[in-house]
Amino acid sequence: MALQSFFRDSPPLVLEQQHFQALLDALRARGYRLIGPTVQDDAVVYDDVESVDDFPTGWMDTQSGGTYRLESGGGETLFGYTASPQSWKRYLHPPVLELWKALRTNGTYRVASADPPPRLAFIGVRPCELHAIAIQDKVFLHSEFVDPHYQARRDNVFIVAVNCGQAGGTCFCVSMNTGPKAAAGFDLALTEVVDGDLHYFLVEVGSERGADVMRDLPHRPAGEGEIEAADAILTNTAASMGRELDTNGLKELLYRSYESPRWDEVAARCLTCGNCTQVCPTCFCTTIEDVTDLTGSEATRVRKWDSCFTMDFSYIHGGSIRYSAKSRYRQWMTHKLATWVDQFGSFGCVGCGRCITWCPVGIDITEEAQAIRDGSGAAK
Amino acid sequence: MVEQLLTQPRTTTDPMLPNLFRIHRVLKESYDTFTVELVSLEGYQTFPFAPGQFNMLYVFGVGEIPISISGDPLHPETLVHTTRAVGTVTKAMRELKPGDVIGVRGPFGSAWPVKEARGADVVFVAGGIGLAPLRSSLYHILSQREKYGKIVLLYGCRSPEDILFRKELEKWRARFDLEIFVTVDYANSRWHGNVGVVTKLIPKAPFDPLNTVAMVCGPEVMMRFTAIELVKRGVNPENVYLSMERNMKCAVGFCGHCQFGPTFICKNGPVYPYSQIQSWLSMWEV
Amino acid sequence: MQTFAEILKETRFFKDLNPEYIELLAGCGSNARFDPGDYIFKEGGDADTFYLIRHGQVALEVHDPRRGQIVVDTLHEDDILGWSWLFPPYKWHYSARAMSLTRGVAMDGKCLRGKCDMDTALGYELMKRFAVIMVDRLQATRLQVLNIYG
Repeated sequence: MALQSFFRDSPPLVLEQQHFQALLDALRARGYRLIGPTVQDDAVVYDDVESVDDFPTGWMDTQSGGTYRLESGGGETLFGYTASPQSWKRYLHPPVLELWKALRTNGTYRVASADPPPRLAFIGVRPCELHAIAIQDKVFLHSEFVDPHYQARRDNVFIVAVNCGQAGGTCFCVSMNTGPKAAAGFDLALTEVVDGDLHYFLVEVGSERGADVMRDLPHRPAGEGEIEAADAILTNTAASMGRELDTNGLKELLYRSYESPRWDEVAARCLTCGNCTQVCPTCFCTTIEDVTDLTGSEATRVRKWDSCFTMDFSYIHGGSIRYSAKSRYRQWMTHKLATWVDQFGSFGCVGCGRCITWCPVGIDITEEAQAIRDGSGAAK
Repeated sequence: MVEQLLTQPRTTTDPMLPNLFRIHRVLKESYDTFTVELVSLEGYQTFPFAPGQFNMLYVFGVGEIPISISGDPLHPETLVHTTRAVGTVTKAMRELKPGDVIGVRGPFGSAWPVKEARGADVVFVAGGIGLAPLRSSLYHILSQREKYGKIVLLYGCRSPEDILFRKELEKWRARFDLEIFVTVDYANSRWHGNVGVVTKLIPKAPFDPLNTVAMVCGPEVMMRFTAIELVKRGVNPENVYLSMERNMKCAVGFCGHCQFGPTFICKNGPVYPYSQIQSWLSMWEV
Repeated sequence: MQTFAEILKETRFFKDLNPEYIELLAGCGSNARFDPGDYIFKEGGDADTFYLIRHGQVALEVHDPRRGQIVVDTLHEDDILGWSWLFPPYKWHYSARAMSLTRGVAMDGKCLRGKCDMDTALGYELMKRFAVIMVDRLQATRLQVLNIYG
């Protein structure tokens, strides 16, 4: 603990870009499987990485409602992109997860739980994504019941956060108070600085584990100028958010607005495809599938991501509770921005903008919230 | 893992892992309802629960569903569930034979306010299969009869053929400290009881509305109109309790399916005071 | 022995009605008694009476050639039975059968109709009270139709 507070209280460190590989090596030496940003299918995808060459050097993205374009031109920057289509959710809360298997023998059956997951190190977790992880922690770890599958992944994970050197076109973390700078929830937090020939990372240490890793790497205390340069980058990012969401009295506003005509308008565009729920880093809903083998002696319970946009989601004997598209969009948005607050003590939205970017018709949660606000004012 | 399952009443490690129980017997209650009685696989394990709580019951390879416990909380050595055979899982469950193994997770959720109701009149209003979750509460209250005022059961069904726990109702009807009124939607002239919806019984039922706790269970529409009628009679909405139902996959707050307003029915419910959910009940598709 | 006026005053239906009207209505009342199985009236019959049930249980029935008698409602102590006497063609829509020994007050509807026509204030009072019963029964019937126990 003394070590941790030593690092916490000490000024940030500098890790030169040429030593970034050493960071990866140090983590792998500790038994972590490394997950970081890669370029796949014209998008940044968090996947297995081995060396710095796997990182999306020079890649930047353009995002707006229903649009995502990856283009080169970012020079030497490793983390020049913004929110990727998929968040880290898929590693902590996998899209498909075997919960247990049962074997039938002699009229009874035995239940065995699944194998323990690997130890993962996440490299490049954005501040909004750290908040999203903290939000899912509340759902799976800090409620009445603990999900051991999530816990096993979460307890082991090593987090290298990367502060945002640029804001995406659909970003609004400043509104949600979740970025662009990581405040907590990481082992190490980097700010990438590229300035002429200089290319280094300003490193903040957030845990003893992080300190331990840093000790193995060539580093030096950051100078005042280096700290200022990093701060300036983040100030600039904060000032260039693509979107804005007025959260003032938002929960109450939405609770008052269940009958707003705006829901009909958005429902006329919404395809209820559920993309927003799949890319959302906090959406946690799942369904269960029971699978048996051909002999009927082995049964597997599988948990899969689900979406509140399907009819099946709310089905009880006799019909679906939320049968209209309007009610399903309303359920999703009011959950993110109102009922979530009462359930878990924070918004269920971190302002990453993925739901805007990946909505095939470009429905924009910030625009919808504003429209409801405007409409509610006009109605009074 | 397996050994642990067999020896612990409830696994502390994974709330999604079922405990294994054996079917003691399957009783046919009516043409489409049945009761399963379960005992722990090892035969010694008890299963404490509070009246109103539910379990997730798993049929091998078929699936898992939430069902309220309809048994006697004083006899937790047998786990009793009553349900209607309407879906794949319940239909498979009805076909199970004594000795067959079933997975159980639970008990989950909130309970009927049996403690809060002490000293007050208690009105049970049941609709259809809704009598099953109320029966546990009725057992509990009858076991401590002296702690309560008048006890009234108002029970509505579609037809006389739908009446659950018929023998038990007849037995209870013979008691002087419990008033039972059963009504059906339609009947032929061989039926000597009431005809009409259950809400019709409320205005004349023998209880003191100013000192009454009502426990209501049935389909949502029935509960909504029942709550309105009880409040009209003068019962405080805080003393009217309803047991809600929604799609449910996990029962532990992970799957999101049972969200109802700012609550999950598996954790905050299924039993809610009417006052807490009144505004959500009147909204559509929430 | 209670007078009809005293009996009427105590019912939910006539409660708080102007005593003058109570007296007037009492003049249209007579005692009624039905044994179990007795038909109080039958579908299609002339409707010129309504009943204030003081004791017992009455079934409202419809005859179905296939299913026999279908009970659609039951009425009990302090309930009002019959409103067809209020409206043309003054014919009963359902049959009413005493399910147990049933006693009550039979009110002469024909006589009342005349009195209501002459005194519209009385007519209005009575109509308001019947309207409440009709609404209650309509709402209950709707729930029956909804099959709320499904």
